[in-house]
Amino acid sequence: MSERTNEETGKAPRQKAGLFDIRIIIGGLIGAYGVILVLLGLFNATDEELARGDGLNINLWGGLGMAAVAIAFVVWARVRPVVVPVEKE
Amino acid sequence: MLQAADDTFRLNANFFDYAIIAMYFAVVIGIGVMARRQVSSSLDFFLSGRSLPAWVTGLAFISANLGAVEIMGMSANGAEFGAATFHYFWIGAVPAMLFLGIVMMPFYYGSGVRSVPEFMRRRFGTGAHLVNALSFSIAQLLIAGINLYLLATIVNRLLGWPLWVSLIAAAVVVLSYITLGGLSAAIYNEVLQFFVIVAALTPLTVVALHKVGGWEGIKEKVQPGPEQLSSWPGTDLTGISDPFWSTVGIVFGLGFVLSFGYWTTNFVEVQRAMASDSLSSARRAPIIGAFPKMFIPFIVIIPGMAAAIIIPEIANLKSGEGDSGGATYNDAILLLMRDLLPNGMLGVAIAGLLASFMAGMAANISAFNTVFSYDLWQQYVKKDKPDGYYTFVGRIATVAATVIAIGTAWFASNYDNLMNYLQTLFGFFNAPLFATFILGMFWKRMTATAGWTGLVSGTAAAVAVAFLSEDAFGGASTGLIPLSGQGASFAAAGAAFVVDITVSIIVTFMTKPRDPKELEGLVYSLTPKESLVDPDAAALPWYQSPTKLAGIGLVIVIVLNLMFR
Repeated sequence: MSERTNEETGKAPRQKAGLFDIRIIIGGLIGAYGVILVLLGLFNATDEELARGDGLNINLWGGLGMAAVAIAFVVWARVRPVVVPVEKE
Repeated sequence: MLQAADDTFRLNANFFDYAIIAMYFAVVIGIGVMARRQVSSSLDFFLSGRSLPAWVTGLAFISANLGAVEIMGMSANGAEFGAATFHYFWIGAVPAMLFLGIVMMPFYYGSGVRSVPEFMRRRFGTGAHLVNALSFSIAQLLIAGINLYLLATIVNRLLGWPLWVSLIAAAVVVLSYITLGGLSAAIYNEVLQFFVIVAALTPLTVVALHKVGGWEGIKEKVQPGPEQLSSWPGTDLTGISDPFWSTVGIVFGLGFVLSFGYWTTNFVEVQRAMASDSLSSARRAPIIGAFPKMFIPFIVIIPGMAAAIIIPEIANLKSGEGDSGGATYNDAILLLMRDLLPNGMLGVAIAGLLASFMAGMAANISAFNTVFSYDLWQQYVKKDKPDGYYTFVGRIATVAATVIAIGTAWFASNYDNLMNYLQTLFGFFNAPLFATFILGMFWKRMTATAGWTGLVSGTAAAVAVAFLSEDAFGGASTGLIPLSGQGASFAAAGAAFVVDITVSIIVTFMTKPRDPKELEGLVYSLTPKESLVDPDAAALPWYQSPTKLAGIGLVIVIVLNLMFR
């Protein structure tokens, strides 16, 4: 185990780098979706598209929601870089 | 149905949608490549080296189940039966998940087994083990086929590729990330998929509710009438006209037997919890998963109910009048996407559905390759080979399973109502398993012979009931028992449970019990209390304590049940 972690991360033998990554990956993907959707909602919302949802600009609002979730993930990963509980042997 | 899928309707995706979908696939494959760098032993490949934190395994736990059945099947049920569908979550899944975390997980994790069938072998010997490992493997291949079929349907509706090309393309993507990274890749992807699925379905629900006029709008316009708004007694869902027996069917058949059987013995689910980093994490995984699980019906069933009002094809199908354009209830979500979502959000929704079906299929296949390698190949074919050999067998099994799933996808497509078909299967495999496990965990006298005879006779009882019902096996059912649809599945599961318990008890008293020493860690009364809890469990804060979390979960699910009764 420790041999492998040493080999992979070089400097931090007991750290679980992969766990850190998954939150950044989720935040990154959802955040990118959020940005694209907000831009589409602002600049590309045709009347015909808006009419489908009875006037609700779902690209804009959905995009803002996703951006918020993405920020939450990144903040979480920053505030608690390692989530492995203390009980781990 | 395969033919119909080719020419019913198309989703009009544009450049932005494709970009969003492509980003998702790039990340999925990226996770597979990254996870590959960490795989060094067979335990890594099959159980992620037992190193994942509880929130990851907890979300993977429900994501593994958030496949085609859940999204398409439950929204279809929502469109057809209305609020009664909530039972699948609040009577079915959630109590069973809490039970798994509190009662059963200490045995699974504490005994150090690598799979649920392996627990079976240690408790009951090879007879019950072989029955369990084989039936589980076959069931996984069938269900992987269903997930693959739906995955291919989306690709077909999106790109217009013929279904068989879509099938193969979809299979190749799933195959590449599981063979690359093993269970870690599957689990990390499941966590990502969970969020993408939620990001896809939540806006769809919001738009659908906006369009229909909110929950008030559903209340006002739901057809055929307000009985679709209350979940009890669910006579439409069960097909049992007597309200009392319908309630019994839901509580005992769906709640107790089918759902407990599914969630507590299904290795697809349990494998995710077994990948946790400690016993209390393993116990928390299903309990943490239970919280999001409670709220998934709001983004699956509610859009289904809305679709039956605002989508003309589904509304016509439901009323039986007018042209339904060849649509089935399973198309409810796809039709909502087509009619309501603008480009951009449409891409997210498509990515979400693809994610869901890939999660389901990857879960089936990664559970299959573990059971095949450890429980069938290592146990019965080639023992005592070096560790790397079994990782290799696992990779071969993954490829073989994917090829077989392509075949079963064709098979699955012959069934109109996916739910019926799957419930029928679960009744055969899971209900007797749960009976045998729970009896074996708490009754030390139960013998090895009782283990496998109980399983076989329970499964046989379910098959018999299915043949005697009106339609559980389609044309092959004889109709001697006047039950159809979900009600027949509940009855088959109930019969399997009762017959299994009865046969197990009778056979136990006719055969010789095992030496209690061999059963330590496997039977409640023979396991030291300390090994069932983490040494530092008492010191955990309330939000990490499995029992306290489960208590909170139980209260919330009871409140939800009362709100929508």
